Amino acid sequence: MIVNEISKNNLSSGAIDASCRVPLLALFGGAALWFVVGLVLAVIASLTFHKPDMFADCPLLAYGHVQPAANDAILYGFCIPAALGVMLWIFARLSQTELMLPLIPIVAANIWHLGVFVGIVAILIGDSTGFEWLEFPRGSSVLLFVAFLLIAISAVATFGARRERELYPSHWFLLAALLWFPWIYSTANLFLVAWPVRGVTQAVIGWWFANNLIFVWLALVGIGTAFYFLPKLAGRPLQSNYFALFAFWTLILFGTWCGIPQGAPVPAWLPVLSSVASALTIVPLIAIAVIFAKTVCGANASCKGGPFCYLKFGTVAFLLSSLMLIASACPRISQVTEFTWFAPAQTQLQILGFVAIVICGAIYELLPRVMGFELPFPKFVRVQHWFFILGIILLAGSLAVGGIIQGWAALVPKNSSSDILQSSLPFLRVSTTGLLFLLLGSLLFAANIFAMTFKWKLALLKSAIAAIKAPLEASEVKS
Amino acid sequence: MKSGFRVFLAAFIALGASWCGLVLAPVLQLGTAKQTAILNSSDTYPIQRTGDATLGLQVYRANGCAACHTEQIQQSGVVFDVVLTGAGKNPVAVSNLVSGLKLTGLTKDEADGTSAKIAAAGGKVETHLIPTGADISRGWGIRRSVATDYLYDYPVQLGSLRIGPDLADIGARLGNADWQLQHLYAPQSVVKNSAMPPFRFLFQVEKIGDAPSPDALNLPAEFAPPAGYKVVPTTDAKNLAAYLLSLRADVPLYEAPFTPPVAEKK
Repeated sequence: MIVNEISKNNLSSGAIDASCRVPLLALFGGAALWFVVGLVLAVIASLTFHKPDMFADCPLLAYGHVQPAANDAILYGFCIPAALGVMLWIFARLSQTELMLPLIPIVAANIWHLGVFVGIVAILIGDSTGFEWLEFPRGSSVLLFVAFLLIAISAVATFGARRERELYPSHWFLLAALLWFPWIYSTANLFLVAWPVRGVTQAVIGWWFANNLIFVWLALVGIGTAFYFLPKLAGRPLQSNYFALFAFWTLILFGTWCGIPQGAPVPAWLPVLSSVASALTIVPLIAIAVIFAKTVCGANASCKGGPFCYLKFGTVAFLLSSLMLIASACPRISQVTEFTWFAPAQTQLQILGFVAIVICGAIYELLPRVMGFELPFPKFVRVQHWFFILGIILLAGSLAVGGIIQGWAALVPKNSSSDILQSSLPFLRVSTTGLLFLLLGSLLFAANIFAMTFKWKLALLKSAIAAIKAPLEASEVKS
Repeated sequence: MKSGFRVFLAAFIALGASWCGLVLAPVLQLGTAKQTAILNSSDTYPIQRTGDATLGLQVYRANGCAACHTEQIQQSGVVFDVVLTGAGKNPVAVSNLVSGLKLTGLTKDEADGTSAKIAAAGGKVETHLIPTGADISRGWGIRRSVATDYLYDYPVQLGSLRIGPDLADIGARLGNADWQLQHLYAPQSVVKNSAMPPFRFLFQVEKIGDAPSPDALNLPAEFAPPAGYKVVPTTDAKNLAAYLLSLRADVPLYEAPFTPPVAEKK
């Protein structure tokens, strides 16, 4: 148990958990569905590398349509709403109060998932904006923006009603994330979609947005979540709050400047600035690694494929993916890795290896408490854990190695572009296997979430029927 | 940190600083960019695309071509070649001198030194500036891409992954609309080993009628439709080809200078 939760326990944790039930189910249910859809789309996209003319007559499934749709379904459909659900629960637990304004997140969850649906359909029919990670057209972006603000209102209200005034490190990370997303999302949509700026400035703002979303925002929610659950599961306090404060400050100070590629056709000060910031990002990484090691190592808790394993693997994946980000911002290395599969490998490791697995672990830990009964398929948790680890190693590992080989081949002028592609093609084909394992894992996750929702609805129905059938008490009968 | 307000303030300062640096500053610096002058010429660059090419950019966007293709040429540096343009009054001495000198792949100082020596012997020389790098050696472009190249694009799709070749200069490299259309319909019919998916959905297979169709593709037997049928590009395909032909980054600019090949000089 976390130290500041023990002192004041006038509200039972059962009541707190119960107050989160419906909003969390609304967020997680849609998220689980999008997770499966996103991975199915990713597998379809990757089939193009096995047989190029597979979807030559079907524009909906062409690589350029399916690939961004897959990325967005996983990021916007799964990672963000699931992370927001976990955040609401952490806020309620840390505040020792029931979730405030619980109706708002329920409405917001539905608006959010509607927005994702509109966006994915738009990308598939060729209505994407053409900006990487911002492909959703404006109607869908407005829905997402409104939904995020609504959830943020509920989160801030819960935070404001806290009984323990002292903040816990997870608070800093998650509160910053609440400010971060609306700011970057509105900037990107206003400057790129609503009133587009001229020329290459679009690309600069696009890179700024993508880095702040995929590196910084995901790091804030992922590490914020890990800093809440790791000490709980390890059975010892976070080591230490001062280190965490240092990691938080340096992460938001340096991390937010990364993301401009080294060879970009923009004024030279932009990539140089980004490169320096990336090098400095090693500072928060070391701090997070030290906190992680000191908190987890030597703990008596064993994980046995449970949530603790998820959280540990996710944090390690974050450290690895951030190291890849820093490496690829180094001019020497970027000469090889730029324009190769190395960058997608880093992004996939960040999204699937870090955030998805941390969030899944957190959901498996919190959902039985929220619902008041155990997971319907507890064995799936362990199986999914192995599917995920295997899938991520196959996916990110093969893409990273393939990317480096592709980069070396591209440095030789006599290699034509099909020669370069042939050198990395075997690795792309292996990555399909990784995606299939991840898909299997996501199916197990969805099975647990949906079975749980179904069980809960069935129980509601039964109690409703029981209430109807029950004989009226004497006092209620009018004479 | 004890209050939520301080956390918000910290995040506000951190993100606000990067917003000023990576959003506001580039908008102020580049947001009002205008056409620039081509080096040694009175023309300006870039010129607005034609209507069909502008529509083609939207076909490029809708089909996510940027998922596999970049539009940015990279350059590792420049070298200088010294070219003898006239032997002057003492050809023998100049040719003896030149045969002992290295004339290609020089740095600026070496090129200046060599030019001075030849000029002292009475020869006339020109110094040519030649960009280097894997992209340029491969023939993907003549010079590196610069911000001006994208002045009129919306959306700007630089791309981040090269599954296929770079397209920044494709219009100068493969400037034949028929080739582009055939490549879109059946990439493997023109580039062996190509892993590009065919874009058959941008074409229509029609029965050959009485009216002649100048647009019909001239395909090799292996890729041709059944007898009595022809393959005709849709408007989207034609626009996309026009857009690809409009992608040319082949003029020298102040920020990306090079000496144009002699054959193209007027």
